[in-house]
Amino acid sequence: MKRVGEVKSSNYLVAKFEDLVDWAVNSSRANSLWPMPFGTACCAIEFMATAASRYDFARFGMERQAFSPRQADVLICAGRLPFKLAPVIRRIYDQMPQPKWVISMGACASTGGVFDNYAMVQGIDTIVPVDVYVPGCPPRPEGLLYGILLLHKKIKGESLFDAVKRREEQPLDEKGLRLAPETIDEISEPFGNSVHQFRSA
Amino acid sequence: MIPPPGALREAVARDGEPIVYVARERLLETMKWLKETPGQEFDYLVDVTAVEFRDKERPLEVVYFLRSLKRKADLRVKVELQPSDELSVDSVWGLWHGADWLEREVFDMFGITFKGHPDLRRILMWETYAEGNPLRKNFPLRGRFSRAEQVRQALNANPEAHYSMEELSIAEASDDLPEDMRERLKRGERGVIPEPPNP
Repeated sequence: MKRVGEVKSSNYLVAKFEDLVDWAVNSSRANSLWPMPFGTACCAIEFMATAASRYDFARFGMERQAFSPRQADVLICAGRLPFKLAPVIRRIYDQMPQPKWVISMGACASTGGVFDNYAMVQGIDTIVPVDVYVPGCPPRPEGLLYGILLLHKKIKGESLFDAVKRREEQPLDEKGLRLAPETIDEISEPFGNSVHQFRSA
Repeated sequence: MIPPPGALREAVARDGEPIVYVARERLLETMKWLKETPGQEFDYLVDVTAVEFRDKERPLEVVYFLRSLKRKADLRVKVELQPSDELSVDSVWGLWHGADWLEREVFDMFGITFKGHPDLRRILMWETYAEGNPLRKNFPLRGRFSRAEQVRQALNANPEAHYSMEELSIAEASDDLPEDMRERLKRGERGVIPEPPNP
C-alpha cells in the first residue's frame, strides 16, 4: 500500500462515493414520502386515523398527502380491490413518477381476504408490485406506521449503483399482465377457511 | 276498486306484509292500476330485485317493493318466471323512472330482460364481462374463468368505457376532446377485450 501523504489531523473519514450518494438520496426519499391514498373500504378509516393528530404519520415525513398520483411517492391501497378497479389502480400506479413504492394495507388488499369470490382481486400484487404488506382486518394505525417504517428501512437499502437494488419501472408484459398466468392462479388459490368452498359450488 | 280481472294469481301475507303474485303478461297493467287508482296510490317504487331458489323446479321471482307515501302502506308484487321459459318481463320504467337502475341491476345479476327499458345494460359488472350473471345459482362462487384470465380481462378493460358520454358529464364538451379520447368514448361500452396474443 502506497502512502499518498502525511495526514496532520485525525478528523477525517473515508467512504465510497457511491455510499455517500446512496445515503443522501435514500435518506431524503425515505424521510419525505408523499402518500397517495387509494382507500376503497374500512381500511381507509384506519388510514385516516393514522393521518390524524393522535397517530400523525406526518411525524415520519408524510406531511403532505398527494391526492394526485403525479406528486406521490407511495401508493397505499387501503381496502379490497374489485376487478372493476384493477385498471384504475394500475393507471394510478403508472402515473406516479419514479421512484415509487406500494403499501398493501389490510387482508383484502394483500390476499383478497374474506372476499374469495368472482368480483375481487386476490391480492393487489397481481396488478402492481407491492413493497410492504400490512396484515390486519383492518390494521390498527400502529400497524400501518410499522409498515411505513419498514418501507423506510427498505428504501434505505436501495442503491443507484447496483442493478439488483435499483428501483426500475415495472411495466406490464405484452399480454397486459404483471405476473405469469400460472403465478396469478397460484397466488389466488383459496387458503384458510375458504378451501372448504369448491370452485364450482 | 277491483283489480284488473284475472291479473291477480295469488295473494298471501307473510310477516304482516301483503304479497301478491301477478301473471307476467298482466304485470304492466296491474302496476299501472296500483299506481293510479284512488285508494291504492302506490306512488313510490322502493326496490326491484329477483330471487332464484335452490330448488330447480321453483320458478325465479321478480319482486317489486311498492309503497304508498300517502297511505303509508307497503305492498310486495311478485312475478314468477319459469327458468325453461324466456326470462323477461315488461319494464315498469314508464310508471316509476326510479326503476331504471334497479332493473339494470336485476338484468346484470340475473340475466332477466326488461322489455321497454330505455337503457338496459350492465350496471355493476362492466359491459364486456363475459362470465355470466353472478347471482344465478349455476354461477360458480369464484367465477367461470381462471384468476389469471380474470386479471387479464380486468387489466385490459378501459375504465372510461364503463360510462356513457352523458354519465361522464362531458357530452357537451365532446367536440373539444382530443381525437383519440373521443374515439375511445364513442366505442364506449361496446368495446371488446383483446384476445391474448398467440404464443
